[in-house]
Amino acid sequence: MEKVEAILYGSRWKGFLGFIALICLLPFFISSQYIFTLFILIGIYCIVTIGLSLLIGYAGQISIGHAAFFGIGAYVSGVLTAKHDMSPWLAMGIGMIATFLIAYMIGMQVLKLKGHILALATIAINIIVYILLVGLSDITGGASGLIGIPNLSLFGLELGNQLHYYFLVWAFVFLVILFSTNIIRSNVGRVLRSIHDSEIGTETLGVNVTKYKIAIFALSAMYASLAGSLYAHYINFIAPPTFNVSFSILLLVMVMVGGVHSIWGAMIGTAAIMFLNEVIRFVGHTVFNISGEVEIVVYGLIIVVVMIFMPKGLIGVLDIRGKFAIKSAAKKNVASEKGV
Amino acid sequence: MDLFLQYLITGLTVGSIYALLAVGFVTIYNVTGVLNLAQGEFAMIGALSCVTLVNLGIPILGAIPLAILITAIIGFGVERLAIYPARNATPIILVVITLGVSIFLKGMGLIIWGSSPKSLPPIVESRSIQFFGAVINSQSIWIFILLFVLLILLYWFFDKTFIGSALRASEKNPHAASLMGINTSTMSTIAFTIAAALGAIAGVMIAPLTDATYEMGFFIGIKGFVAMIFGGMHSVPGAVAGGLLLGVIEAFSGGYISTYYTDALAFGFLLLVLFFRPQGLFMRATGERV
Repeated sequence: MEKVEAILYGSRWKGFLGFIALICLLPFFISSQYIFTLFILIGIYCIVTIGLSLLIGYAGQISIGHAAFFGIGAYVSGVLTAKHDMSPWLAMGIGMIATFLIAYMIGMQVLKLKGHILALATIAINIIVYILLVGLSDITGGASGLIGIPNLSLFGLELGNQLHYYFLVWAFVFLVILFSTNIIRSNVGRVLRSIHDSEIGTETLGVNVTKYKIAIFALSAMYASLAGSLYAHYINFIAPPTFNVSFSILLLVMVMVGGVHSIWGAMIGTAAIMFLNEVIRFVGHTVFNISGEVEIVVYGLIIVVVMIFMPKGLIGVLDIRGKFAIKSAAKKNVASEKGV
Repeated sequence: MDLFLQYLITGLTVGSIYALLAVGFVTIYNVTGVLNLAQGEFAMIGALSCVTLVNLGIPILGAIPLAILITAIIGFGVERLAIYPARNATPIILVVITLGVSIFLKGMGLIIWGSSPKSLPPIVESRSIQFFGAVINSQSIWIFILLFVLLILLYWFFDKTFIGSALRASEKNPHAASLMGINTSTMSTIAFTIAAALGAIAGVMIAPLTDATYEMGFFIGIKGFVAMIFGGMHSVPGAVAGGLLLGVIEAFSGGYISTYYTDALAFGFLLLVLFFRPQGLFMRATGERV
């Protein structure tokens, strides 16, 4: 059985070991606090984009509303810890379960829709959640935001320290990757891919397509909630504008640019967009001396160019090189199953 | 009663703008199958380039057609450069491409016009009119007249001219249309150009009421999209009715419930429509679910 799996998907331990080695080695090379912050944020966003990759790349359902779930997670953590002195870990768990249930109920209705209409419905949900976050100011603190969210600590170890938090976030990312690859490599993953290729075809095989779509939607929302909690405890301050539609669009762009058919692609895309963002902002402000969000021009251009010329994203380019390297007979016919 | 009438008129004014955008959406969606999320940016470009032209000393009645022309050319360019090369891609990729175009145009707007809001003088300076106790801004009347004229023009264009028939043919069945000698790729370009012009008209008309900024596009575009869905995706009259309905819903919920939750209520209503009548409010059900 093990062998069949290895033939179908290739070994995943190579990727995992490389990933762990990279994460452990990075702190030795980074001296600037600023870049360290960037890496922590990339880790947090990766958790969301991996979920989106499962939803978009594997199940074939679009969402431009995951910032809402990110926001729900952040606010549940923030409100419970800052106002009610609850244990952060318990609050994080409550946030994840609550988001899962909310997303499950939303998904039951929303996922009947397809393509463009689904995109609009998720935008609508995001806008409604945003308005509620600002409007329910008695609970959420309203437009001025929520302050005083405590740092995390684990077994007496204070995680406010950048280095500690870096390892915590990436440990979570690792768990999320492990869990997601397990899903992708199980029969559920194969059903999802089959839904992606043809919903009607899958339904005629007697599969309850709706059930799988809703479950994966709720799971990706739960990832977003986890990321939101980690974000809240890292920044110690949350305000509604962070969780608006523009953030959902940013997340979607990260996944699409990186390569939607692979969770590694989602992570590459997240890192690429985050670094690009910083570089453009730096160049724009120091060289051209323009203020405001000018980086969006380059963003927009890159999105259009990547989508036209490499619809499989950055990982697609890497993949072509990889295929030359492993042209062994066993893997030749099932190359399309790769991507994990 | 006075208030009721006032809300109704305000709603219809804003609704007319949504209707113009929705007509642009319907035109593009039906001819190309692409949902153009950059539609709102055309309104932004139309409004802001009109402001620039007026500041250059061109009289407003000359500046408006010029601004519409500029936006139409940009619409043409968008189709050729961004949509045409990816015409065979999946809907998700096309949505992301139009999102990219939308972000790009917004950024260009920021670089060219800066972030401060700009105001545009109304077409004709005149006093507001009293009507059964409600106050009607003169710009509102111009918007109603313009919407009416445009609808007649569009009806004439789609039903009585050759190009209009060709556009409708490529909507009904692109393959058969191409067999009849219609160049469907040209039709797609024409659809984008028309939609951009309609967007620009919407932008120019709303700018005297709300001021124009580089950020106005996305939200106004989403509202046009909502109006199109109320109308059922495929019909121009439906889109207009949907736009007016959306405007009225917003005005009444703002007036009687809370101005703060206006958008939440409008989008909540959208979700209800999508869940219970995905074929649109004014259409009979067809076999195809959206």
